[in-house]
Amino acid sequence: MLGALDPQRKRKIRLVVALGVAVLLATALVYTSFSASTEAREPSQLIAATPGTVYDMTGRVVPGSVRQGEEGLRFRVADRDDASVSIPVTYSGTVPDPFRGGREIILTGEMTQNGAFAGQRDTLVTKCPSKFTTDDS
Amino acid sequence: MTASLGGVALALAFLTALVAVGMALLGRDGEQRWILFSRRAVYALCALLTLCVALVEVAFVGDDFSLSVVQGHSSIETPTFYKWAAMWSSQEGSLLLWAWVLSVASSLALYATRDKLREIVPWATAVMAGVASFFTGLMLFAGGVNPFSTLSPVPADGVGLNPLLQHPSMMIHPPMLYSGYVAFTIPFAFAIGALIARRLDASWIRATRRFALIAWALLGFGLLLGARWSYTELGWGGYWAWDPVENAALMPWLIGTAFLHSIMVQEKRGMLKVWNACLIVATFTLALLGTFLVRSGVLQSIHAFGDSTVGPYILGLIAVVLLGSTALIVSRLDDLRSEKRIDSLASREAVFLVNNLLLVALCATIFWGTFFPLIAELFTGEKSSLAAPWFDRYTTPLAIGLVLFTGVGPLLAWRRVSWASAKRVFLAPGIAAAAVAVGLLLFSDAASQLWAFALFVFAGFALTGLAQEFWRGAAARRSLRGGSMPQALVAIVAGNRRRYGGYIVHVGIVVLLVGIAASSSFQTNRDVRLAPGESAAVNDRTVTYERPTVAVDGQRFTLGAVVRVEQSDKEFVLTPSRDFFRPTGMSSGTIANFFDGEATTEVGLKAGFGSDFWIAMQPDVTDVLAAARAADEGFRACVRGAPGTPPQCRAVSQLMQAAAADPSLRPVALAQIESLQEATAARIARSYLTSGATATFRVIVDPLVTWMWIGGLIALAGALIAVWPARGRRRTPVVVGELEALKEAKYREIRDAELDHAAGKLSDEDFALLDAELRNEAVEILDRGNGAGASGRAEQAERPSEPV
Repeated sequence: MLGALDPQRKRKIRLVVALGVAVLLATALVYTSFSASTEAREPSQLIAATPGTVYDMTGRVVPGSVRQGEEGLRFRVADRDDASVSIPVTYSGTVPDPFRGGREIILTGEMTQNGAFAGQRDTLVTKCPSKFTTDDS
Repeated sequence: MTASLGGVALALAFLTALVAVGMALLGRDGEQRWILFSRRAVYALCALLTLCVALVEVAFVGDDFSLSVVQGHSSIETPTFYKWAAMWSSQEGSLLLWAWVLSVASSLALYATRDKLREIVPWATAVMAGVASFFTGLMLFAGGVNPFSTLSPVPADGVGLNPLLQHPSMMIHPPMLYSGYVAFTIPFAFAIGALIARRLDASWIRATRRFALIAWALLGFGLLLGARWSYTELGWGGYWAWDPVENAALMPWLIGTAFLHSIMVQEKRGMLKVWNACLIVATFTLALLGTFLVRSGVLQSIHAFGDSTVGPYILGLIAVVLLGSTALIVSRLDDLRSEKRIDSLASREAVFLVNNLLLVALCATIFWGTFFPLIAELFTGEKSSLAAPWFDRYTTPLAIGLVLFTGVGPLLAWRRVSWASAKRVFLAPGIAAAAVAVGLLLFSDAASQLWAFALFVFAGFALTGLAQEFWRGAAARRSLRGGSMPQALVAIVAGNRRRYGGYIVHVGIVVLLVGIAASSSFQTNRDVRLAPGESAAVNDRTVTYERPTVAVDGQRFTLGAVVRVEQSDKEFVLTPSRDFFRPTGMSSGTIANFFDGEATTEVGLKAGFGSDFWIAMQPDVTDVLAAARAADEGFRACVRGAPGTPPQCRAVSQLMQAAAADPSLRPVALAQIESLQEATAARIARSYLTSGATATFRVIVDPLVTWMWIGGLIALAGALIAVWPARGRRRTPVVVGELEALKEAKYREIRDAELDHAAGKLSDEDFALLDAELRNEAVEILDRGNGAGASGRAEQAERPSEPV
């Protein structure tokens, strides 16, 4: 079929097809990224959250609240800028080296019926105290 | 002294950079005087920034805490090795490193082109010096990032370097990444120069491709070191987490890879000029973006470096670069038209185009995922982010496609390949791929992971294809020149470093991807909680926690384990541990605050060609912490002079009271307290050994992961071979020099075609056609050199004298 067309036309068709495929792929990428993403919440917002929905919790570990037990870590997390509200958190899995009281963390998980945030295994991310600013602790 | 000298040097560096820009612009019409002046200004800039770096390093090593950068990132106790590296752990030091590396690279580039590219060099100089003036100006004027700002009064000691950064990789990982980022400035600057001067043949590419390759290799090596650091040190057992800062370094590397391939198409065929200009602009912009990301705090990252004042300025520079370059490329579209078209889809240039598209798609995907939190917030108002599985889903197929084309590309000749020759070159790799597939199906469970299986099969294809290239090249060489096979192999590599160095890079990358695919798809990853004496079974291995260990000194508390691992025929002992550091800057304090400071994991690793055994420990510190708190409480009671405290404690308490009255006694009292605390800490440490000492161990069995590091090193070696300058290059006068370079390039193409023909990659007809075309082109070049109508063209277009 294409052989019968003149080269100019052939190139144009090729270009349109290629662009079409690229646009399709890009749309798929954009679409899936919105459904695959996890929304971020702070502890004060999580208190009212429905159990069972997965969120990225961002906040600050309450100093002195970290306990280690048989089934992993237990600690409390407060909002980044407001330490007045905090929620209990359970987590098992890798603990990044910088993790400790007072650090900012991101943890993926969901609220349980008893009002605690249950982190998924190996999803704990700790923000470094920064290479580029002095330690604020 | 250091501060004032450094401040003056930095200010002079800024002015020198501006002067270099001014002189370069005056020399835009090619007036040698100004060009020479601007080049020397860049050399002077390099000297001044070298002085600045030397001053800062001397201040670090000499514990000069009058400089705030030294006070904030080093201390008397910091080991000397890390004092050298502490400079780039700071914001201001890393900016200084950026500017310094840029000045060195610019000087080298200008030296290498000192009598070439007369129209392009002034503009390129202006761009390089312009970027240098931006970064030096940033340190001087942005506020809070001047490496020579001082503290008064001068503190006695510094805060120290974060223990997490005290790892040998700190010495080379950041400088490698920075050098990679920065070195991409050179091809970018020459591309801009070529666009402005409308000199859009391949001359700017020939002059800077080595810099692009070096930048690519440095950035890649930096990424590899970072992955290794993460694997052995951070205690989670992974080497890549799709963290924004990792992605920020990967993106320019990917686009740089595309650039290195597509410039070959421009050099050989005069095509893809717009594409190449866009790629180098994108690479440089992404390098700046990486520099920006680590300093802006806009994205959540484990590398989050905190907000700082320089982010908005770098963003401004990125905007200027993007807008300026785009406008420039659009205004030069007419000059950027391709000289030729792609003849056939079965040709090396067509494969390069496909590989370019895959690399750009890979980068675009990573870019989208990295910036998704910002995009999502913009559209939905909700902060949300994408995790590793999303990245894996899209990048895996693209990476597998790349492996396939890494194998196919080198097998195809330029311009076109006939069906007959294609059959000949694809036969062996095809059989190898089939053999790999059958072997894996019969003898392993690799087929359970479809993507990994596909990657192994394609890797079999690619590696066999590359081996065939070496073998056929060497065989062709032998048939032309004789000699033994190893001699011939060395000779072909030495004779065409760029081509065979490139093939070695391909081998390395394929091996690296095999390591990644195997270790990520077939990893065993278990958490086990054990008390001393207990064992657990992981795969076919028995892991026994033999006994706990403990060590304590003034700075850290180390809890470790002796772990014995038994497999059917062998056994070995590993000693993972965890160090608890006192918070930085606190030489004394309570014992419990050891556990408030940084903790670092020392991984136990038994590496092997088949698989790695990796173990990290997370000791249960509940009991130790309770004991420490009790001891601290007891100590406080004792200092208060509470009744019933032991006598040595009462002595300290009396000493404290005396010190309160007489300040000269304070050092004695402090020393007394410290030694008492040390004794108590040692006692608590010993109590850990008897208190149960349960610990959680993360055990990972990682198949073939070693090949990832080996592959990376092979690729690095290949890149070094490719950049190594050829022996005995003559220096030639300016105008003739450029024609000479063109002629050389054409002769090389003719020799390549001959070799391809001899190696069976080109059929007889294809070769006859190609050879005739190439020789016509060579004649054209010779004509230009002799003026029109030179006689005896046919003789001049004789075969180049040196075959292969």
